[in-house]
Amino acid sequence: MDFTLKIWRQKNAKAKGKFVTYNLKDVSSNCSFLEMLDILNEQLVHQNEEPVVFDTDCREGICGLCSLYINGRPHGPDDAITTCQLHMRKFKDGDIIVVEPWRARPFPVIKDLMVDRTAFDAIIQEGGFISVNTGGAPDANAIIIPKEAAELSMDAAACIGCGACVAACKNASAMLFVSAKVSHFALLPQGKPEAKERVRKMVAKMDELGFGNCTNTFACEVECPKLISVSTIARMNREFLWAKIG
Amino acid sequence: MTELNAKIPEGPLAEKWANYKAHQNLVNPTNKRKLDVIVVGTGLAGASAAASLGELGFTVKNFCYQDSPRRAHSIAAQGGINAAKNYQNDGDSIYRLFYDTIKGGDYRSREGNVYRLAEVSNEIIDHCVAQGVPFAREYSGLLDNRSFGGALVSRTFYARGQTGQQLLLGAYSALSRQIKLGTVKLYNRHEMIELVVIDGKARGIIARDLITGKLERYFGHAVVIATGGYGNVFYLSTNAMGSNASAIWQIFKKGAMFANPCFTQIHPTCIPVHGDYQSKLTLMSESLRNDGRIWVPKNKEDAEKLRKKQIRAKEIKEEDRDYYLERRYPAYGNLVPRDVASRAAKERCDAGYGVGESGFAVYLDFEESIGRLGKYVIEERYGNLFQMYEKIVNENPYENPMMIYPAVHYTMGGIWVDYELMTTIPGLYCLGEANFSDHGANRLGASALMQGLADGYFVLPYTIQNFLSNEIRVPRMSTDRPEFEEAEKSAGDRLSKLMRIKGNKSVDHFHKELGKIMWEYVGMGRNEPGLTKAINLIRILRDDFWKDLRIPGNLDEMNIELEKANRVADFLELAELLALDALERKESCGGHLREEYQTPEGECLRNDKDYMYVAAWEYTGGNNPYKMHKEELKYEEIEVKQRIYK
Ligand SMILES: Cc1cc2nc3c(=O)[nH]c(=O)nc-3n(C[C@H](O)[C@H](O)[C@H](O)COP(=O)(O)OP(=O)(O)OC[C@H]3O[C@@H](n4cnc5c(N)ncnc54)[C@H](O)[C@@H]3O)c2cc1C
Ligand code: FES
Repeated sequence: MDFTLKIWRQKNAKAKGKFVTYNLKDVSSNCSFLEMLDILNEQLVHQNEEPVVFDTDCREGICGLCSLYINGRPHGPDDAITTCQLHMRKFKDGDIIVVEPWRARPFPVIKDLMVDRTAFDAIIQEGGFISVNTGGAPDANAIIIPKEAAELSMDAAACIGCGACVAACKNASAMLFVSAKVSHFALLPQGKPEAKERVRKMVAKMDELGFGNCTNTFACEVECPKLISVSTIARMNREFLWAKIG
Repeated sequence: MTELNAKIPEGPLAEKWANYKAHQNLVNPTNKRKLDVIVVGTGLAGASAAASLGELGFTVKNFCYQDSPRRAHSIAAQGGINAAKNYQNDGDSIYRLFYDTIKGGDYRSREGNVYRLAEVSNEIIDHCVAQGVPFAREYSGLLDNRSFGGALVSRTFYARGQTGQQLLLGAYSALSRQIKLGTVKLYNRHEMIELVVIDGKARGIIARDLITGKLERYFGHAVVIATGGYGNVFYLSTNAMGSNASAIWQIFKKGAMFANPCFTQIHPTCIPVHGDYQSKLTLMSESLRNDGRIWVPKNKEDAEKLRKKQIRAKEIKEEDRDYYLERRYPAYGNLVPRDVASRAAKERCDAGYGVGESGFAVYLDFEESIGRLGKYVIEERYGNLFQMYEKIVNENPYENPMMIYPAVHYTMGGIWVDYELMTTIPGLYCLGEANFSDHGANRLGASALMQGLADGYFVLPYTIQNFLSNEIRVPRMSTDRPEFEEAEKSAGDRLSKLMRIKGNKSVDHFHKELGKIMWEYVGMGRNEPGLTKAINLIRILRDDFWKDLRIPGNLDEMNIELEKANRVADFLELAELLALDALERKESCGGHLREEYQTPEGECLRNDKDYMYVAAWEYTGGNNPYKMHKEELKYEEIEVKQRIYK
């Protein structure tokens, strides 16, 4: 397959970026999207040009490092996947493919397609944990958790922190990310004692870092590679209200 | 070099750890704050260690090369984590977990360490549940278990197919809490490239800020390395793209011994290789072997037709299928350990019965269990894995059997450590997959997560105090000292040298070539002529690398080609040591199959008389830089036997 790639190139955080066009020929349809970029980079190195910088590590959809806004969609034209799981068979021969970094104020570009998502870590540091020190925990089966609660909690805990939800949102809201973490703990008995403080602090941090408001367009849910449901946002809103009253 | 002393505590096996803890030295709370500990790595081992040391009150500096600690490769572990809880009442015990691990490792690991691992396994599960890890549950609300290879009991705890993710997020949450409290300072997107040794003790590191490209100096009263395994020496593996051996290779060159480098694990159930552009191999969790049956056709003609896509797997009649694991190993069947399952797959494919376009694949078939349990149950158990498979292969595994083939997955070998997890450099510790300690010549499934968390939560926080208690009078050292100066200079010189080559070939070219040599001659089947040839080829490739490598861009800015080049330069050296170790070990054991040493049935032929030792390699420099030391293994509690899974 042959492709025309329009890729965002930006030297560093301060530099002005621009789209650069590359042509790529004879790509196998079984190639993953990032392997296609590897092929491009191999060619660039041969021409003594700097390769396109993008984040990637596990290449199996779990570390959450890969990002990329492809033809107007975070993680590209397929559902419930990350960019590293996208394959070229999802495109047509001769396609023009536009590749951009996540665009959101709290995620500044570092270089080319790589952005800084440490704002997510900062939110977790505010309260995304249960305050238990190593040692002295009761026997694991002393805490009985109904299967349904455990499953729902796991649904929310499956978030990989990739930031597609923020990238998809016109307001750059981090509600889905934060509510997933809040829900993960709120659904478990272990998470209850700190529930109010947790939601209060995490939401405050999210606002402080410049993430926007949620206006219920639900674009985040559509693009979430792990199918985290917006019902977690409703749960968080309840938790938040309750935290404010209580 | 001093004698290798594993410092196994006195007393009966079951009391050693309790004895150790009762008599070790501790650091008092006010002194802890004055002691700095560097922890390199934020995987299960590193994050759990950094968080626990922070909780104790030490001043911790924690490093990772990714943007966030949560993205360490532990996140990718799928299947589960073992513990000897015996919640299923199926006869499990600490002793049995210990025994299975020693046997699974083909009697090449230390009794003392392994027993302790089994002992603390239960505390890990308690702690993780307290942290909010959403393990799978039964309808009663109690914890559920599944079975993994090499065990006759069901002792594996899991969170769907994302156990590693959930355990790592647990450790990451504990770490995040400490970062907020200020006990841990995080250095993300930083790569360690040198160790600083002062007066014989590990006192710091040189790290490169991957965004600015600058080299930076960090002091610690002690240094902990938890940087994961070196499987990427094979290029294609189930490891992450960035997984590397640089930290362990640099400490090796500074005096930490490297143990059993040839003990590498090839995992039987991975998605087969499909093209030369491929960048990594994807694991299909071992847990699938609970419900999937492995087979190839009985007739070569059928295999041929399947390869040419003239017929489909479904059309092969039951009596024409060879469920070769069930046939050869009726007691364990599809749940034999990984080394056994991988070799059996290779044997069938080499003999011409393989399927898939390349002929290097076997089937993992769920038809029977879908019939027995229903599609819903299979979906609930393995849904995400099936989805992952479908995305890559473009075939529906509910309808057609999966195609799988062995791939490089894990490294049992690693930095030599004693009972305290200290390396041969005082004050330098090594945890998790990066050390060699617990898995001998083969690791059982679901035991790496257990080991990483055991090391970080429950072992190091004790043992490091035995060392640090003698350091309380040592003030924080200035990083202007000549030792830091020199380490930074040597790191800088190496990077500049890489930049100056200005040849014609990319880093990936060399990494791929290295991978081909390693897979061909140092992979699943090894023999003397092949290994000798590999060593030669590696040397030639290494020479070429240093003559003809091309790295665009600059040294003092973000440079992804330079990052890779620095890692590959280390792999090119480690590869030779790995092959050398494989050559020296003239026996077959666990994942190390020397074709010259097999039983007539094609099973591993160990040589306990001559090889029941840990090969600990010392770096001596010069033309023959590697010198082997032996730590003899003594089994007091266990009777050493041939490993039989029939
Ligand atoms: C696909 C897959 C599935 C698996 N499934 C299971 C399973 O089900 N059960 C099981 O028990 N085991 C499983 N394993 C094995 C297990 O996941 C690993 O052995 C284990 O997680 C390793 O943990 P670690 O903390 O030692 O290293 P890692 O998690 O690899 O962490 C390494 C850390 O070191 C950092 N680092 C590396 N190099 C440097 C450097 N030079 N400078 C600075 N930082 C550095 C990285 O940033 C990272 O934070 C699986 C492995 C894979 C690959
Ligand atoms: S590279 Fe890890 S999720 Fe894509």
